[in-house]
Amino acid sequence: MSVDNPRAREKEFPDVDGAVSKQTWVDRAYELFDNKKIRNSSLLGLAAVVLLIPTFGGNYVMEIFTNAFFYMVLCLGLNIVVGYAGLLDLGYAAFFAVGAYTTGILTAHFGMNFWLTIPFSVLFSAMAGIIIGGPTLRLRSDYLAIVTLGFGEITRITARNLEITGGASGLIGIDRPELFGLRLYQIQHFYYVFFVLVIIAIFVAVRLHHSRLGRAWQYIREDEDAAEAMGIDRVKFKLYAYIIGAVFGGVAGSFFAVKMTAISPQTFLFTQSAMILLAVVLGGMGKIPGMIVGAFVLVIFPEVFRAIGDLRMLFFGVVLLVIMLFRPQGIWPERRS
Amino acid sequence: MAILEVKNLTLRFGGLTAVNDLSFGVDEGSITSLIGPNGAGKTSAFNCLTGFYKANEGDIVFDGKSLMKEKPHKITQLGMARTFQNLRLFKNMSVLENVMAGMHCRGSVGVVGSILHTPKQRAEEKKIKEYSEYCLDFVGILDKKERLARNLPYGDQRRVEWARALATKPKLILLDEPGAGLNYDEKDDLIKLIQRIREKLGITIFLIEHDMGLIMKVSEKIIVIDYGQKIAEGNAEEVQNNPRVIEAYLGKEEEDEAV
Amino acid sequence: MSTFDIILQQLINGLLIGSFYSLVALGYSMVYGIIMLLNFAHGDIYMAGAFVAFVMLAVVSPVLGAGWLGIVAAMIASMFLVGLLGVFIQRVAYRPMLGAPRLSILITAIGVSLVLYNSVMAITDGEFQAFTTDLGFAGVDVGSVHITYTQIILVVATAILMISLNWFISKTMYGKAMRAIALDKDACRLMGINVNKIIALTFFVGSSLAAAAGTMAGVYYGSIHFFMGFVIGLKAFTAAVIGGIGSIPGAMIGGLVLGLLEAAGTQLPFIGSEWKDVFAFGLLILLLVFRPTGILGKTEIERM
Repeated sequence: MSVDNPRAREKEFPDVDGAVSKQTWVDRAYELFDNKKIRNSSLLGLAAVVLLIPTFGGNYVMEIFTNAFFYMVLCLGLNIVVGYAGLLDLGYAAFFAVGAYTTGILTAHFGMNFWLTIPFSVLFSAMAGIIIGGPTLRLRSDYLAIVTLGFGEITRITARNLEITGGASGLIGIDRPELFGLRLYQIQHFYYVFFVLVIIAIFVAVRLHHSRLGRAWQYIREDEDAAEAMGIDRVKFKLYAYIIGAVFGGVAGSFFAVKMTAISPQTFLFTQSAMILLAVVLGGMGKIPGMIVGAFVLVIFPEVFRAIGDLRMLFFGVVLLVIMLFRPQGIWPERRS
Repeated sequence: MAILEVKNLTLRFGGLTAVNDLSFGVDEGSITSLIGPNGAGKTSAFNCLTGFYKANEGDIVFDGKSLMKEKPHKITQLGMARTFQNLRLFKNMSVLENVMAGMHCRGSVGVVGSILHTPKQRAEEKKIKEYSEYCLDFVGILDKKERLARNLPYGDQRRVEWARALATKPKLILLDEPGAGLNYDEKDDLIKLIQRIREKLGITIFLIEHDMGLIMKVSEKIIVIDYGQKIAEGNAEEVQNNPRVIEAYLGKEEEDEAV
Repeated sequence: MSTFDIILQQLINGLLIGSFYSLVALGYSMVYGIIMLLNFAHGDIYMAGAFVAFVMLAVVSPVLGAGWLGIVAAMIASMFLVGLLGVFIQRVAYRPMLGAPRLSILITAIGVSLVLYNSVMAITDGEFQAFTTDLGFAGVDVGSVHITYTQIILVVATAILMISLNWFISKTMYGKAMRAIALDKDACRLMGINVNKIIALTFFVGSSLAAAAGTMAGVYYGSIHFFMGFVIGLKAFTAAVIGGIGSIPGAMIGGLVLGLLEAAGTQLPFIGSEWKDVFAFGLLILLLVFRPTGILGKTEIERM
């Protein structure tokens, strides 16, 4: 991350009108990546490395990667809400909780097969998205932010106080899933499962970004009134973004539940939502490779700097401030030319 | 036949009545103008028509349908497009993307189509792009389609707004001070463009303008308002000779010029 | 306990909690009114106020004791220092962002919040700190309800703070400048008002009030915690919205209304105290949906 250029933020904000933006070496490196050949070959190489990691990396490495994959899905989902549609969601962990508890309850209390719980998890997280987004998306964006924060807390408190969710201690002993007769319990199983999940998430996010929906979100983000004047129903499209983001969170939550086999309200604290948001901002809102990098940094960082322990969140807060003040477009920003 | 019928329209902001019992019609296929001194309520009236303000009383009938309860996006879908007095482009997007925004309301592909790239989605994307390029060509800036909107000169930015409004495939287009900030030559082009929009695309035009020369040259019917009320209506000559108009508008304009 | 006693007890609880909400809501509302910023870190300012007062009390108590004299001294010191903290935050984090998109400035505020509460967490090791005072439990008895002098004094202190603020906003030059800036920043610049200075002053006053609330909460509950600002930040925002965000009397009334509603809510069937927060946030959501301008808020007219 480059902080050597305090003026960098100027080029992000509109109205500076074609300001001759000073490029940092990071920008130039990413420009290389815009070349199709370089991009495709490096992506292929990356995929090969990722697929081969379980053969030479130990359990610890796989654990970290699986965790990073998991956060990538969450970041890609939150990015649709924050990066694409420009809505600040401070309670994203709630959707992740809805998915995790849906799978947890259906498998633990009703003995349902894990794979069958996913449609329910999609359904319930989408419903949660509609319940919270439907009435509030017509409000000002900052009101939405605080409502999502409140909603996140409501979800967590509800999970803590209901019997079916196991109260404060949560659900334990969630059954391991089977895939084509293979019981998934080892870390390398989940490593591949989560990797596939990330690939699907990226695919969906890319397709949405370059679609009629993706453009509508961008129009709304740039100028709501002008978008409305062009016949774009802003409430409807914001709700789409919200629901899709919720579903990403819900599905990730389902897989999280079976990987951990235990979930508790403690997993879904505000801190969790804040961390996912941090990764999105860090990576660069709106840009898919940015989400990958952001999630990876989020997971890797505490591993590398184990010594800082509890200071982790403090450090993340400082990082968040430094990024917003000096490089608001994130490590890997959206290209604008 | 009137494509747009405004009946007893009234809009109040607290104690201030911005539009007061205003009634007029815009004939299909015509070029009609709404004029009045600064603060007469022109833009407020426009904002009521396009759904950005909710009028307190009266009725707006467009193409046989009341618009009083409709949201702006719905009104655009029904075939009434607008431009803004102060340019409201999507500044950080390309010119083509800006114009594609206009085509948005004529498309229908949803989440699933966008993710799976169904044949319908591909056909629609192609259509959106082609028609947007047609609109850009129509206003004469197709060669600048890949540029960022904010990097264009002012006159070209105005053209992007017009192209964007045309891309919504409207029956009626509302131009809010289309001549503002344009130089003499550009205004000449504007007059030609307004006429071409009507002749070639068959779109009815309703505009607000300050430039009297432009108004007199282009409009077939002029509606004059002052303090939110209609004070005169007719063709250029009739309006110019109306004593109330001279008093309210032209008189004021002379004062302005004297300063 | 008779029904009357229950009502009285809840009335007192509601009034006290409502006072804290009001004081914090005022800061939200003032800042929002003047620069349209939703200061997410405001709850953490309240928390900082409690901790600074805690330290100050430890400093002054050998001389002034931990009774009212010491507490008032600690509170004033805390109001001053935390007011400066607010100005510092505004200067470092918010002022450079004033021209930025709304989303960016909101995220910056989240960053400030994370830094504040995590710093205090690091310093206190995440433990509760006992806010020990010598106030005791003396008071008056009404029926079977015991009302301590502390409770009475806290409510009176809140009232004094609010009346002073009202005087400050409506009568002094600075207050008038604040209201003018809320209406039109550029016109104020043309009129020779130092806009940046007034914005800083707004942060100072708002943060001081939150610090006062934090101190009083410490005195009332007897313990403080790094995360104490999170929920109250949310609640105070709710209160500000109830009253109509941007409105000073609105924030005062909104806080009291929310406090009383919450106290009443705990007595409803099926709603135990563990659902208290759900009740408040549910209320917030309903309110935003049905009356986003609040009780005293003005409707906005957007310009094209």
